[in-house]
Amino acid sequence: MSMKLSTRQVDGVTIVDASGRITLGEGSVLMRDTVRDLLAKGNKKIILNLGDVNYIDSSGIGELVSAFTTVRNQGGDLKLLNLTKKVHDLLQITKLYTVFDVKEDETAAVKAFK
Amino acid sequence: MEQTVSYTLDSTLETVDHAEERATRIATELGFGEDEVMQISMAVREGAVNAVLHGNAYAPDKKVILAFERTPDDLVITIRDQGKGIDLNGIPNPLAPENLLKTSGRGIFLMRSFMDVVEIRPSQTGTEIKLIKHVHGRSAGVKEGSQ
Repeated sequence: MSMKLSTRQVDGVTIVDASGRITLGEGSVLMRDTVRDLLAKGNKKIILNLGDVNYIDSSGIGELVSAFTTVRNQGGDLKLLNLTKKVHDLLQITKLYTVFDVKEDETAAVKAFK
Repeated sequence: MEQTVSYTLDSTLETVDHAEERATRIATELGFGEDEVMQISMAVREGAVNAVLHGNAYAPDKKVILAFERTPDDLVITIRDQGKGIDLNGIPNPLAPENLLKTSGRGIFLMRSFMDVVEIRPSQTGTEIKLIKHVHGRSAGVKEGSQ
């Protein structure tokens, strides 16, 4: 299953709902383009909802890091929401879990931007 | 019971997906648990990415050789490319604080995290990565044909 992304606005925060696989190729490119588009439109408060992401490879991890640093470098912030166990474990072993701001509740994640 | 199967694959992104799918199927048939199947398939995917991108650099005239071997104790997976051979000394530690926010360089680390043994043999005619997972408990045969 390839990756799908959709965006919605909640209280001035952009939530990107991702599903499928974030892997080398299409998935990584889609993620990159979506984040760049959001920043270009001035949306700098971004939550990446990974609740339906069932697989991620090293390229996908790299894309998450890229999204995180790109948003931060433009004065914004990116938080991760609803990690599946697989993604959670991957971020743990790569020591990225403490780098990202990871949330388990959407309302709390949105409030955390204020 | 067939003990070894091998595939000669093009240097494409499709090869990466096919390698992962075959690893998933074979590991499942051998009786590995769900978590181990995921670890094996991800390690093979990372090995295939290395071979296609960094080894063969997508060159249409270069192939990736993927082999699965069932020994009494192990599943042994070999991935060979026909590139110039990677420089193992040039691979930074992805867990070092200064490398945490790098966007690449985690593939070999993940392979080592998920497999029991990882051997990497670079040469001027390509790199061979051997991934070994010990078989625990019951086992089954690999029923695949070579292509």
